[in-house]
Amino acid sequence: MSEARGRRRPWNEVGIAVAALGLVACGGAGAHVAADGKQARLIERLDAIEAAGNRPIEAPGVATGPRALLVGGTVLTAEGHRYSPGWVLIDGGRIRGVGEGEPPADERAARVDVSGRFVTPGLIDTHSHLGVYPSPSARAHGDGNEATAPGTAGVWAEHSFWPQDPGLERAVAGGVTTLQALPGSANLIGGRGVTLHLAPQRGSRAMRFPGAPVGVKMACGENPKRVYGERKQAPSTRMGNTRAFRELFLKARDASQKLAKADDEDALPRDLDSESLIAVLEGRALVQVHCYRADDMLGVLQVADEMGFEVRSFHHAVEAYKIRDILAARHVSVSTWADWWGFKMEAYDAIPENAALVDEAGARAVIHSDSARGIQRLNQEAGKAMAAGRRAGVDLSEDDALRWITANAAWTLGIEDQVGTLETGKRADIVVWDADPLSVYASADLVFIDGVLRYDRSRPQPPWSDFELGQDVQP
Amino acid sequence: MSAWRLASAAALLALLTWPVAGRAAERCVALEGGRVWLPSGPVEGATVVIVGERVAAAAAGAAVPEGCERVDVSGRVVTPGFVEVQSQLGLIEVEMESSTDDAHAGTQETPNPSVRASFSVADAYNPRSTVIPVTRLGGVTSALSVPDGGLIAGRSAFVDLAGGSQAEAVVRRDVAMHASVGGGGDSRAWTLGRLRALLTEARDFQTHEAAWRQNRTPPLAFPPAELVALRPVLAGTMPLVLDVDRASDIEAALRLASDFGLRLVVSGGAEAWMVADALARAKVPVIVDAMLNAPERFDRIRARADNASLLWAAGVPLLLTTASTHNARTLGQVAGNAVRAGLPVEAAMRALTETPARVFGIADRGRLAAGARANVVVWSGDPFEVSSAPERIFIGGRDIPRVSRQTLLRDRYRRLERLHAPLGLPTGAAASPR
Repeated sequence: MSEARGRRRPWNEVGIAVAALGLVACGGAGAHVAADGKQARLIERLDAIEAAGNRPIEAPGVATGPRALLVGGTVLTAEGHRYSPGWVLIDGGRIRGVGEGEPPADERAARVDVSGRFVTPGLIDTHSHLGVYPSPSARAHGDGNEATAPGTAGVWAEHSFWPQDPGLERAVAGGVTTLQALPGSANLIGGRGVTLHLAPQRGSRAMRFPGAPVGVKMACGENPKRVYGERKQAPSTRMGNTRAFRELFLKARDASQKLAKADDEDALPRDLDSESLIAVLEGRALVQVHCYRADDMLGVLQVADEMGFEVRSFHHAVEAYKIRDILAARHVSVSTWADWWGFKMEAYDAIPENAALVDEAGARAVIHSDSARGIQRLNQEAGKAMAAGRRAGVDLSEDDALRWITANAAWTLGIEDQVGTLETGKRADIVVWDADPLSVYASADLVFIDGVLRYDRSRPQPPWSDFELGQDVQP
Repeated sequence: MSAWRLASAAALLALLTWPVAGRAAERCVALEGGRVWLPSGPVEGATVVIVGERVAAAAAGAAVPEGCERVDVSGRVVTPGFVEVQSQLGLIEVEMESSTDDAHAGTQETPNPSVRASFSVADAYNPRSTVIPVTRLGGVTSALSVPDGGLIAGRSAFVDLAGGSQAEAVVRRDVAMHASVGGGGDSRAWTLGRLRALLTEARDFQTHEAAWRQNRTPPLAFPPAELVALRPVLAGTMPLVLDVDRASDIEAALRLASDFGLRLVVSGGAEAWMVADALARAKVPVIVDAMLNAPERFDRIRARADNASLLWAAGVPLLLTTASTHNARTLGQVAGNAVRAGLPVEAAMRALTETPARVFGIADRGRLAAGARANVVVWSGDPFEVSSAPERIFIGGRDIPRVSRQTLLRDRYRRLERLHAPLGLPTGAAASPR
């Protein structure tokens, strides 16, 4: 969680620039300019609060991956290399080596012949509602939107997450090894998302991706104003959305000051909604904003600058191509689809070249799913978006497109040091495909998570999900 | 059923004898050297000759008339245009904006009528919908535009995705009746019972209409206009497309179809593979979304990726669908996924072209053969591969520009530095608008 702290913070630079013009208002930078002592105390208290709320209950999975050498296949690293034939050595859940041609002799490693096949990093979906809106669709399982107030930053998706969702095994069969489970977009601030590693477990805590920062899900545009406007509540307009965003952050800044100032260590002023936003303001949580229209995204960036936080990724972002220069300059990633469009007004201007144009402009493009079906075919969607970009004259390699569902997605979730590419030292989240992974015909043959083989297409197993067990026992 | 078969055989015969000579004034295009999907399967290097609105010839070594424009499509793949059969193309512009939705009828009426057999979508079809050019760029050239909602949703129209008027675009109105049972609110047994009561009353009303007009019968349970509208369904001349997923519901639907002599088409059919033999025996076609492979609903618990290939193997007439309006353009990808799950490529191609045209009685679409309507797509590569795209699209012989609102947005934003460029001052004498 501390990884996100101390990153480059564009809003600081903006703050300085504004101050130099003599325009900064009193208290404009809020808690960030608090005295060092007070800041240190705030950090210490936040750490304690987070630790108390995150005690492990179910035992986390233990990575005991074997020492194995995948040889003979075409290795696509998602960091610029294509080794054909290449090899990948894994041991103890980590990648120990990647290279081209004949691998170094290693008598201890089990050789897995993947000749004629393709090896990639495990795919990562930055936007999933698996577990919180699980299959089958059931009223009792609609746990993705705490649509009782427009600001519910204090709810955590992991507390809704149903580990028996049959969609999880299917996602793994589609080559996905990590996903971010997010609250829905009914609320302006929907709550905390959670980054999960997809080995089957009995509860979401055990699935948490080790060291992954918290994500805080926000939403702009049509959804919040529709959900609350229909109830004759605020917000009911886009300007109402923005006011509510600002008020929620102002409240969090107050709460932050109170938390830092409080004298009685045993009676700290607690406010769960504000605590998630304090984590945002302190750069400890990554902001993931559902936002379609270009002008809506610009409006969110304005609030971010005013309140002092960064947006890590705009999700859906079908009009990102219109402001790709701005998103690139601010290091905001774009989590989008290959071609979804038209289901609502704010999705009317989507184009299939969105990801490619964003990539070309130097911003990080990500293909996400937001769908129990789409998550099974992220590879196809990336292939489709790559082809659309190439037809428009964007110079894209297969490695570029692969990054949209691996390395760039890892960065979006703040786990780029651990997964997303095939590099020595990274977690051994690896997929072996039977064909070029960007083809419609490609299926994942083998999926390793932390070096442990979790899926083998040639050896069907009973379903992971308890729900699916026994659904077909009739003769 | 047999009457319908006779009719379509007659239509096919008319097609095959369609005169191609004596039309010198019409535009002629010959596509040469491609991998051509003929009705018998793909043939390398075959030639497709388009004269006017029709295919004049499609065969290896077909003669190219004098003066015909010859287009080298070697390395390319030539197919009939795809047919999407489960969309609201031309009926919905933006799904969540009800003011743009013409696929649902009677929703403002109280009580909300669930029987809308008289609702014919053709008059609402908007040939200028921006969704249509987008869809064409996926190689889809025809569609069944279907109503939605209620027990009986209404009647669909078969359209070609070109032409600026309803007269040009609507190939046939009132092609099929669409209905839905199972999975919501009332017991499915109650819903099926209502459907039976409706069909029974519609059947009786055929003989008792005169008596009813003289007030000599008890009151009707359903509006007379709806009963009259169901007559072609009862006569077996109009297919009844039933949206149904659970295997047991499909069984019940087969009984219903048998009892009333209906031409049933199953749509959805997530669990259809479980009753594949019964469907094959009854010769009931199934419209399958090959992306549906998970227990998304309790009606679809046994959904699986190889549903399409299992149905095909059992001999069930197979149609593939995106079940989408805005992304009907991904029909080729759906077929690719069906192939990945085991469906033979030839079967997948038929499921997008020939079979939907045949099942819905539009015999001159879906095939590259002499006399067929020239709905032809030249693909950059394998039409089911996500990296492929149409390079030429012909609809009714018309060479369709590959332009949509999306390509125009792309072009406008391709160079941000040129966006909103100011107008230069007028040169020469400033002309004022009259």
